[in-house]
Amino acid sequence: MSDHEFTSPETHSVRGYLFVFVALIAGTVLTVWASYVHFPSPEINIAVALAIACTKAFLVAAYFMHLISERKMIYLVLGFTALFFAALMGLTVWSLQPNSLVHIQHVP
Amino acid sequence: MDFPYIVEPRRDTGLYNAKLGIWLFLASEVMLFGALFSAYVLLRVGAEPGLWPHGWLNIPIGTANTLVLITSSITTVMAWVSCKMRRFGRFRFFHALTILLAMTFVGIKSYEYHDKFTHFEITLANGKFADGHVVERSADFDPAKKTGAVTIHGYEVNDEADLMDMRRPEARTIRRTEITIPAADIKLMERYGPWHHSYLAIYFTLTALHAFHVICGAVVIGYLWGPGARMWRTDPERFTNRIEISGLFWHFVDLVWIFLFPVLYLL
Repeated sequence: MSDHEFTSPETHSVRGYLFVFVALIAGTVLTVWASYVHFPSPEINIAVALAIACTKAFLVAAYFMHLISERKMIYLVLGFTALFFAALMGLTVWSLQPNSLVHIQHVP
Repeated sequence: MDFPYIVEPRRDTGLYNAKLGIWLFLASEVMLFGALFSAYVLLRVGAEPGLWPHGWLNIPIGTANTLVLITSSITTVMAWVSCKMRRFGRFRFFHALTILLAMTFVGIKSYEYHDKFTHFEITLANGKFADGHVVERSADFDPAKKTGAVTIHGYEVNDEADLMDMRRPEARTIRRTEITIPAADIKLMERYGPWHHSYLAIYFTLTALHAFHVICGAVVIGYLWGPGARMWRTDPERFTNRIEISGLFWHFVDLVWIFLFPVLYLL
């Protein structure tokens, strides 16, 4: 088999992988820069940092982990994972509401 | 006994065994780290106003480690592509780089841990606070017995709250000098370990668990680079599948760090 012979369609996308790599580096620099910017409220800083992190995570999952062209069974597994993860975070946020059923009262 | 679907995928799922297995494992990992992120949110929101630290970690070092891990992700992908292209020499080159980058990441993390464990907050008898890295201790230094003295490279503040936000403009102008403190003047001396603050507790828990994953991933990749590479000669397809599986785990480790870095270092 010659060195230039490809055995899988994924191997055609080396340029794509390099593009994702550059985007991840740029995203990291952007995250650090954004952390020094004084937005009107700290919540905006958090939202910006998490939005960049989510974009970077999408790039890694979609392209490096090939989730963009994966089998249905994998999507099913990850769908359940996303559901349980959302429930976990939902419970976390719910517990922070002072009037919620699961709020933890601090005893002085 | 031959196990089916080790190399060829099942017709109904389109997956070989190991691929389904690693994704199920990664799903459980999402919940493990998710639980710790949830703990982080609860600790942070539950902290008294002004008493959640900012700027306790070195951002350039954290950024460098992020870049190291991202670079290791591309070398992992390229190692797998090299296997697909039947270029074993290139595979070894890229995975050697991955292992080196993993060791670099762990080395930098160790340096950061060392920096924290040699960093002290000292509550003084006069109600002030000294903060810095220990430079020297006298031979008879013992804060419990009130003997000897310790020299730190740091500074003094009047209020403990002044030690919390090290990113505020005034904190950046603080001049660090060598301060010698007699043990008799020390009320409490505490390292920046996990017990010092709930921020450090969750920082060490999350980063140590992550570093453990990096080490485990590096051991697996090292095995496939070394003795495990023998399979290339007998069953290259199966070997390539193994590289894909170890790569999926490695990318997950990178993905977790993508969230850890801003959460712990920047916000």
